[in-house]
Amino acid sequence: MNRDEAYNFAYLDENTKRMIRRALLKAVAIPGHQVPFGAREMPLPYGWGTGGIQVTAAVLGAGDVLKVIDQGADDTTNAVSIRRFFNRVAGVETTTHTGDATIIQTRHRIPEAALTEAQILVYQVPMPEPLFRLEPRLAETKRMHALADYGLMHVKLYEDIARHGHIATSYSYPVMVDGRYLMSPSPIPAFDNPKMDRMPALQLFGAGREKRIYAVPPYTEVRSLDFEDHPFRPHRANASCELCGSRSSYLDEVVTDDRGGRMFVCSDTDYCETRQEDQQTENAKGEAA
Amino acid sequence: MMRPGFADPVQDAQSCFRAVLEALSRPGRVQTLASGLTPPAPLHPATAAVLLTLADAETPLHHDAGAEADAWLRFHCGCPMTAAGSAAFVLAVTPPPALATLQAGTDEEPERGATLVIQVEALEAGSGWRLRGPGIEAEHRLAVRGLPDGFLADRAARRGLFPRGVDVILCAGDRIAALPRTTLIEEG
Repeated sequence: MNRDEAYNFAYLDENTKRMIRRALLKAVAIPGHQVPFGAREMPLPYGWGTGGIQVTAAVLGAGDVLKVIDQGADDTTNAVSIRRFFNRVAGVETTTHTGDATIIQTRHRIPEAALTEAQILVYQVPMPEPLFRLEPRLAETKRMHALADYGLMHVKLYEDIARHGHIATSYSYPVMVDGRYLMSPSPIPAFDNPKMDRMPALQLFGAGREKRIYAVPPYTEVRSLDFEDHPFRPHRANASCELCGSRSSYLDEVVTDDRGGRMFVCSDTDYCETRQEDQQTENAKGEAA
Repeated sequence: MMRPGFADPVQDAQSCFRAVLEALSRPGRVQTLASGLTPPAPLHPATAAVLLTLADAETPLHHDAGAEADAWLRFHCGCPMTAAGSAAFVLAVTPPPALATLQAGTDEEPERGATLVIQVEALEAGSGWRLRGPGIEAEHRLAVRGLPDGFLADRAARRGLFPRGVDVILCAGDRIAALPRTTLIEEG
């Protein structure tokens, strides 16, 4: 589809883009710190990625190739509609292949394939404040970030251990960025947390309803909170993908019937499809030889 | 007659922003801005492009670039002019003001720290200072010509204020490099 000329390039007006761009630059300069911004009304409801879309719109250029994933999948409603949105308002090329994309907007996953310096990862964030379940007052959490006073979060993790014997946080697992700011990685599974550490790609986070932007520059230390005697252990289902056989990717459990039947498949659809294609090529080669 | 701004305000501002974002994300890497600008003296094309990309009516600006540049910036950016101590963007084409005189933000709102745009004579990656910090895998090197001697010491002395601080964008000709407040600099 060609660009719909009725809209400014990438939907937002230039004043809004400049405001978001200034917020992004300050976010990059202060890794992990939440920068307030004037989030605009977008043509989709809060919770559908309004923050991520505004960040992508401010960053996107005509030469970019955009990939959008929702829980790792390229073919879910949210991912398909955001891809079509930017195809229409910016006329940019879109892809489902992680390696071909220059900007990847994501909801709740980091792709399995390692990202490069030439890519930007944009996260959709529902709740940017990692302390919000522990301290509802925004003025107070701001102060806690100012003082780097994160004892409360350690107490919460300790209570998990006291109650369950292990840290029972499986997604949105809090991280420390560059040893200074406590940050919510957005609701990605804890399995993905290690990928954020010293990632070559720039990571940008946008929360539309909460009107916050934050960022992790490339090659920046991102450490998941833990204790010496209870080190961070990301959880992965003990199974292999039934479609591609991967034993290292993050798996979704899919219920297949009403008699308890279930299967595990990769959550990252591009990763899974690429592996299946490679296996078919290998098999074809084997048969030919 | 007033010299023009961006030929294509939307696409030019976007490509310049991406270069500035890249510069701040990877401190010390030199980016080239293909802005096509011919700003009034003493402004270099990169300096003018950075301000056109980021400054507007919401960002008070302080500069020392003279009357012609002042008229150009007022017309194209539409930003209010103010004293250095209350500016969001500070442009220095002569030796920059002491960092202590600029907005550094507060511990709760460090994003209010000013962005200092310094126009220098030349920027060259690969030699000179040794840069470490977020955005840098091991070490980036950056040689800057045209900064006053005391600049590094002034910057280093304010390191303890983090997360408060001032972020610096260096411009020379059509090239830029950035020094966010997190970057540690050793003289090479």
